[in-house]
Amino acid sequence: MTSDYLLEVDDVRTEFATSRGLVRAVDGVSLTLRPGETLGIVGESGSGKSVLGRTIMGLITNGPSTTVSGTVRLAGQDVHAISASQRRKLWGPKVAMVFQDPMTSLNPVKKVGVHITEALRLHLGVGKAEARERAVDLLKKVGIPEPARRMNQYPHELSGGMRQRVVIAMALSCDPELLIADEPTTALDVTVQKQILDLLASLSTTLNMATILISHDLGAVEGRTDRVQVMYAGRVVETARTQTVFNAPSHPYAEALLASIPRLNDPPHTILRAIDGTPPDMANPPSGCRFAPRCVYAADNCRTDPPVLADLGTALEPHRVACHYPLPAPGVTPPDLDPAGLVKEKN
Amino acid sequence: MFMPRKQTPEGSSLTRTQLGAVGAGLLIAGLALLVVGWSAPLVLFAKAVLVLAGVVTTSQGLSRVVWAVRGRRPDILVWLCSAWLVLLITVALLAPLLPLGEHVDVASALTAPTYQTPELLSEHPLGTNNYGLDLLARSVYGARTSLVISLLAVAIGTVVGGSIGVVAGYFRAGVDSVVGIFTNALLAVPPLILLIALGTVLDPKIRNIALALALITIPSMIRLARANTIAFAQREFVLAARAMGATRLRVMVRELTPNVMLPVFSMMIVMISVLIVAEASLSFLGLGIQAPEPTWGNMISEGEGGTMQDFPHVVLVPGTFLFLTVFSFNLLGEKAQKRWDARSAKI
Repeated sequence: MTSDYLLEVDDVRTEFATSRGLVRAVDGVSLTLRPGETLGIVGESGSGKSVLGRTIMGLITNGPSTTVSGTVRLAGQDVHAISASQRRKLWGPKVAMVFQDPMTSLNPVKKVGVHITEALRLHLGVGKAEARERAVDLLKKVGIPEPARRMNQYPHELSGGMRQRVVIAMALSCDPELLIADEPTTALDVTVQKQILDLLASLSTTLNMATILISHDLGAVEGRTDRVQVMYAGRVVETARTQTVFNAPSHPYAEALLASIPRLNDPPHTILRAIDGTPPDMANPPSGCRFAPRCVYAADNCRTDPPVLADLGTALEPHRVACHYPLPAPGVTPPDLDPAGLVKEKN
Repeated sequence: MFMPRKQTPEGSSLTRTQLGAVGAGLLIAGLALLVVGWSAPLVLFAKAVLVLAGVVTTSQGLSRVVWAVRGRRPDILVWLCSAWLVLLITVALLAPLLPLGEHVDVASALTAPTYQTPELLSEHPLGTNNYGLDLLARSVYGARTSLVISLLAVAIGTVVGGSIGVVAGYFRAGVDSVVGIFTNALLAVPPLILLIALGTVLDPKIRNIALALALITIPSMIRLARANTIAFAQREFVLAARAMGATRLRVMVRELTPNVMLPVFSMMIVMISVLIVAEASLSFLGLGIQAPEPTWGNMISEGEGGTMQDFPHVVLVPGTFLFLTVFSFNLLGEKAQKRWDARSAKI
């Protein structure tokens, strides 16, 4: 039972039966997370990151049109094997989630204070006055000015950034060991995005809380997570230390994602490098490597044999890539690619 | 705050003092018309016309005076409707304490004049009926019965229908289809026919009539609550509440119900007026509260058999009470609906 991992996800598959056929939103993803560790999950829209996050939470379970297989062990408990009431006990004190859109993730008719005190009273059984005191502390912790006054305001009286801070305070209320932030900044404007991401990063350090940061934005993850996992079409294509992926991506998709970030030190009129094509139809994915149709390096066997995750790194620093032709380490210029297009330098 | 910055109030071509003067003039003229019309020994038709003209002039005057004082054109109709309902409810509550004439005991009204026409300064300001019972007293006691029955029925209907609707809207699937069949079945029966059928079986007591009327409100309340629940259940705050460990009951009671309450509340107000009419129809047909116990419906039915041609006030007085009350509830209900409509609310 005792393992040094807080979270162990083993070969998780989440499938939805839709009218167009079976959609494998998450297709055999494994990951581990130690207490206090931070992990970034990056991928395009529809790559299965959010579904993965919700499957880890246990918010998506087996149902009439949903099948979840594989195991998710959170703090020693198999999230999908325990009863719904046992799972509810995990939510809050063990794992909490920050949602995408702070405009809809707060109840419009409940005051800010009630959002936070409710969970405190429910899970920790504290009294009304103490819950209120703790809620004010939490609001202060997430950087909300005049926390005592905000307690009595309704969500619509706060700005988007403030609301997301309230959502974060809500998630932190029961001191979770794992925080899953599902694209916490997509609905916010850029300056607020940075504030919220920095807040999450500093909170996970100060509270020693394991964090999974789900994002479609590589820049959001850079410098704020220990490890990063790149997902494409429901599968993990590359996982390594964040710096490794940023300095020397081995999977062509990770490289292409990096190349598509506009940089401030690009010369004027640089054409933004986009990835050609669109993500595959998940009801009918390509048979070989799922990225092959869009990959500039794809060879014939890429289109027929699906690559497996192979370890390129050391035992101490695993670096796993699912590619038949992983990109060479820096210093070696890959064929058919303008070296200037590869972004290796950090700004 | 009320210091005039410009001489002309918003939307008026007159200055503030001019507008006030016109208003005051209209107010005095209207009140004079009202008093003269009510107390003068004229034919009832002429009296009614004078009183009506007085009411219109008075309200126009009042509107202009408020306009001049506040600088903004008031929605005088809303205020008049609210005032009427407040007056009616107060008088109905305090009826036994007020110096009203005899409303039910025929024996003690033996010496009173029968079929007396309304006269403001007489002993019977709204006249008497065939037994010499005072019409003002009967209308006030009728308001008591009408309001108690319709409020009770709406309360029962809202609690039962609202909770069924929230449950159906939240769980969907099986529960929803069973509830759907039940609602459609109830809606398929014409309400008045259902009421008459119930009226012939049940004892005509306040409780029974209220229950029968509640049965009419239930299906529309179910539909309204269900539709709103479905809309709100898709918002992220429901998922967020679940992710903090809220049970399904808690989600329905604490998260969804407060949101669904607003549209349901405006529907309740409209429903009250519908039920007042329904109750009056039942008593008119002799299936509701039995004479001599007064209700607006059975008072109107006293005009049957030629009485109305000779003494129109017997019908006109309870009819006016009924009309004003139903109109007021309807108007306020519509205003509430506009204000709290989930689609237009920016939350």
